[in-house]
Amino acid sequence: MTALRFDPVRLPAHCQQLRQEVRAFLADEIAAGTFNPLDPDSGAKNADAFSRRVGARGWIGMTWPKAYGGQERSFLERYVVTEEMRIVNAPTRRFFVADRQSGPTLIRYADERIKREVLPRIVRGEASFCIGMSEPGSGSDLFAARTKATRTTGGWLINGSKIWTSSAHQSDYMIGLFRTSPSTKENRRHGLTSFLVDMKTPGITCNLIGMMSGQREFNEVVFDNVMIPDDHVIGEIDGAWKQATSELAYERSGPERFLETYGALSELVRVAGPSPDIRAAAGIGRLVAQLHTLRRMSVSVAGMLEAGAEPVVEAAIVKDLGTLWEQNLPHRVRELSAFIDADAEGYDRFADRLAFNLKIAPKLTIQGGTTEVLRGIIARGLGLR
Amino acid sequence: MPPTESLIVETAERIFADLADPQDILKAGDGAWQAKLWNALQDVGLTLAWAPEALGGSDAPLGEGFAVIRAAGRGAIAAPLAETLLAAWLLARAGIAAPSGPMSVAPANPRDRLRLDADGRLTGKLRNTPFARAAEHLAVLADGPDGLMIALARVADCKVTPGENLAGDPSDTVEFAAVTPLRLEKAPAGFSHEALQLMGAAVRAQQIAGALDAMLALAVRYSMERIAFEKLISKFQAVQHNLARLGDEVAAGVAAAVSAADTISESGLDGEAALLEIAAAKIRCGEAAETATLIAHQVHGAIGYTDEHVLHRFTLRALAWRDDFGNESHWSARLGGFVAEIGADRLWPLLASR
Repeated sequence: MTALRFDPVRLPAHCQQLRQEVRAFLADEIAAGTFNPLDPDSGAKNADAFSRRVGARGWIGMTWPKAYGGQERSFLERYVVTEEMRIVNAPTRRFFVADRQSGPTLIRYADERIKREVLPRIVRGEASFCIGMSEPGSGSDLFAARTKATRTTGGWLINGSKIWTSSAHQSDYMIGLFRTSPSTKENRRHGLTSFLVDMKTPGITCNLIGMMSGQREFNEVVFDNVMIPDDHVIGEIDGAWKQATSELAYERSGPERFLETYGALSELVRVAGPSPDIRAAAGIGRLVAQLHTLRRMSVSVAGMLEAGAEPVVEAAIVKDLGTLWEQNLPHRVRELSAFIDADAEGYDRFADRLAFNLKIAPKLTIQGGTTEVLRGIIARGLGLR
Repeated sequence: MPPTESLIVETAERIFADLADPQDILKAGDGAWQAKLWNALQDVGLTLAWAPEALGGSDAPLGEGFAVIRAAGRGAIAAPLAETLLAAWLLARAGIAAPSGPMSVAPANPRDRLRLDADGRLTGKLRNTPFARAAEHLAVLADGPDGLMIALARVADCKVTPGENLAGDPSDTVEFAAVTPLRLEKAPAGFSHEALQLMGAAVRAQQIAGALDAMLALAVRYSMERIAFEKLISKFQAVQHNLARLGDEVAAGVAAAVSAADTISESGLDGEAALLEIAAAKIRCGEAAETATLIAHQVHGAIGYTDEHVLHRFTLRALAWRDDFGNESHWSARLGGFVAEIGADRLWPLLASR
């Protein structure tokens, strides 16, 4: 068993300087009515323009090579930008997936021509991505994917469907996992290939699926003889499983994995006022202690990534604890609301936030890798598998 | 945490392994190891690591002392090492030289107070004073007519009523009835009752973090040795998921403790950063101690519940250490009260400043 390591990494002074710039930018955007921090859906209609303005500030793909439009800045700087955007519920959906995940995948595995064409557009905030993994018959078990890519002249023909694909209907591209060969007896993970899919390609239909929170972001994406050019293959044919795991550390440990319901806590503090009932104070203190600890763990993982390490287990731990915490948070806040004066200024807004966060809580331990999958990864890291 | 962090930590770990191996202690069944361990630690200057050379100490950086204390937690060391380090640190705040021999520090209970009268005598009742009866001297904080005082007193001048914590280690009630201390000095400007509680809480958090590390190692190792239903229990998914949760909790406790220690090393005990970091560490380590204890025992089954198995040396101490220098509720109320005071809009900037 290797010891778990969470060194007390601190953000350097230039990161805190950057934080002030990001805060000032976001304050201007809020003042201009681009979005409302208390309403995660409020910025939807301005998301495209917002994305381009963030790109103009150099805050998308900021760690990427300069050759592709990036700035080769540190993961810690990216961390600061991400958490400041998240804490005010900025409408980042148009660039966040590409910035976190799709861009780094392309940099590592895509054809050079594709990289030069697509990456600078992401950086400018002009190309949004979705992730085509789950299918009606394959969710956490990625390697059960059946949607086929069949070789044809000059490319591949895709047939089948993906599901639970967030924002597919508004995305310019998908990075999708498709079956190019059957799995083998020796390796059930064999036979899947990653493709870059231009969502405007004929034959793609996005069907929106409503969610219990009242939001509509989920899609069923149907592929009917969709032609993908050869140079849109990402990485090794039949060997996507080799690429799937290494970059997940970036995806698992960021501030977005514990801040999604933060609004319930901040609004509780607001309505609690400066001298709350001691039970409310103790409840708030405990939640703040847990949140602080999660953030320190998450910053520590960012520091390891910056140092070139691959903290796969540590990242899985941050996501496991972080998503459980953000899921739990609105329930704890709801209990503490018993000690709050309902006539307090802003109570209705607090109650709205709480209700919304109670509704989204169940998804938090499912999206991007379930608790059960994460526990398996942690167990492997402990040497049990 | 890496097994070795510095020469001083390596030295401490070697001494712990040689003279305070948990299995050897259980087999011996007596306390004969304690004096040998103490002498070895004192000989290499570890017990007064936090006192400056001019005051009889070895002037180690705070961070190294915290690392030694974590190592002591990893070894479930039941000796007044952390208490002596803390006592010498407190005395040094007021320029008082540390005597040799084991010390303790008080108040360890945040609600207790010691009063100093106009004639320079100390009066008060200090509960849950760790290792008081094993110590020769006490470093104490007292309220005097001229403000907060730091004093060095002889344990023999007090009435000590023995008590014990969950792990059976001394946790005594010390009564001062007009006791004249050996040394008495004004606490430095800005020092407070809370400063001692914060430092004590940070120390206990390090000990818990160390014990958590050991619980995880023990539980993982046992799961890979024990066969049930014809396979290693580590191969059962239910057991794996329990151990993963244990890993989560250990990671959280260690991360919080190490971060708090780093904060004190870098910027001391004043201000909102120290309050957030140390309160969070004590709260989160306390929570982790509870969950980790239950899982580590669950994985071990009945054997881990026996008196001859080492597991309880770690689990009961981790649980007991939660109670000194403010428990989770104490620090939650304090931290939550502070957050309410600064208000919703300053909460995120506070978190992000760390």
